[in-house]
Amino acid sequence: MNTHAPRPLPALTSDTMPFWTAGAHGQLLIQQCCLCSYFIHPPTGFCPECENSETVYTAVSGRGFVETFTVNYKIWMPGLPDRYVLALVRLAEQNDVRLATNIVGCDPASVRFDMPVKVQFEQTGDLWIPLFAPDPVP
Amino acid sequence: MLKAAITGIGMSELGRNTQRPCIDLLADAALEAMADAGLGRDDIDGITTYPGKHDGSPGMSPLGCTEVREALGLKTRWHSSSSEGPAQMSPVMIAAMAVSTGQARHVLCFRALTESSSQSAGRRASVPVGNGGRIDGWTQWLVPMGALSAATWAAQFARRRMHEFGATREQLGAQCVLQRANAQANPRAIFHGKPMSMDDYLGARMIADPLGMFDCDIPIDGACVVIVSASDAARHLRKPPITIAAMGAALTRRDSWDQRADLTQMASLDACEDMWSRTDLKPADVDIAALYDGFSVFVPMWLESFGFCKRGEGEAFIGDGHTALTGSLPTNTGGGQMSAGRLHGFGHLHEACTQLWGEGAGRQVADAQTAVVGMGGGPLAGSMLLQRA
Repeated sequence: MNTHAPRPLPALTSDTMPFWTAGAHGQLLIQQCCLCSYFIHPPTGFCPECENSETVYTAVSGRGFVETFTVNYKIWMPGLPDRYVLALVRLAEQNDVRLATNIVGCDPASVRFDMPVKVQFEQTGDLWIPLFAPDPVP
Repeated sequence: MLKAAITGIGMSELGRNTQRPCIDLLADAALEAMADAGLGRDDIDGITTYPGKHDGSPGMSPLGCTEVREALGLKTRWHSSSSEGPAQMSPVMIAAMAVSTGQARHVLCFRALTESSSQSAGRRASVPVGNGGRIDGWTQWLVPMGALSAATWAAQFARRRMHEFGATREQLGAQCVLQRANAQANPRAIFHGKPMSMDDYLGARMIADPLGMFDCDIPIDGACVVIVSASDAARHLRKPPITIAAMGAALTRRDSWDQRADLTQMASLDACEDMWSRTDLKPADVDIAALYDGFSVFVPMWLESFGFCKRGEGEAFIGDGHTALTGSLPTNTGGGQMSAGRLHGFGHLHEACTQLWGEGAGRQVADAQTAVVGMGGGPLAGSMLLQRA
């Protein structure tokens, strides 16, 4: 699912725009607590660790690991590829931040648990969707 | 303290592409439930449903309390529908609390769907993509990636369980096959008259690995009604009341499809822990289980949540035959949603009551007196312990 598959798109709000658009500059931004540095995802603007409401979007390395995955075969809507990998990737910076994503740039049959992956972005309209590919230098 | 009992149940025909108006199906189920309890429309003074009238997904919930009150001419002192609550069980739980606190005496709890007719028309699956507009809320973190159906979310739990526990497709298949066998003794089941072998199961087309076509429940047209009565009002009705001994609705962990710390468990664990904390009964006291099976993998997760086996043992528990009609814990005795059709958990409640009243005929479990019902999957869960008086 790496080349212009149809993607239902999120509404861009001031809360979520940094996450969905920073890929234009090759950056993966995750909301972070200004006091205790906890990463908050999905972004809520409130830190559940220290009850602080000051947050900032911070660039992370874009590296992570496959927590779980599935190879999807069902064509849920017209235009989807025959098969594609859906995965939950845990970020290298904080293992309880997970991004639902696609694993691209490899044979779906080669995806493994805990496989190191690195972000890349696919532009769709006014959004840059974070996808992950095998990381050659984990 | 709960003072609530189930006193009557009713179900419409279950069909595919029936093109029957939803209110017709609902009226059949409601009349059957009232007759079952020995109550008339004037006795019903409460009504609850989940999630209420909902237009987002075709046929998912065409009727809310408003439509049913109007059509049946009910005069109620209590009504409620909510999409946020302990899963599809919330209307029954709310009814139990309403009768326990005197807000109502007899509450008609319903679930009515026409997903088969509605989705056959446009060949549209129940995919949360709105109507061409932008999405928001929690689905925005899943849907843009092509995680377009709960099947794709559940598959990632199933895959993780295989990785951690060595669970197999054959073990999941054993549950699917035994439920199909149970459906052969349930004349209302969608797959009544259509048996399935393990080869059929394994040969079906893949949806989202490891879940194939027969790991998924079946969208249907149908309606189901359960009447919840105050304990003192339940004693002299047509049937012995089925006591709601305990219920659990807790969400004590981070419960979502993608952020839960342990991806081998779901909110059912929170709900079941909560339920057992409210009763002296133990898992060993339970005769039958009715466990939500939107996807096959929910069944082993519910088994573990209720404590019938340990974490990671659910699939093996099934593979060892415990959940079969002749096993130590007959589970989804009417076929479940995978073989009887998707009534969003109300079918499970209906089947548990059928068994406790000894009305299961060819699928009856001898002397079933205590049942658990678990409804929901992923971040949604409600659990209930039922006992025949």
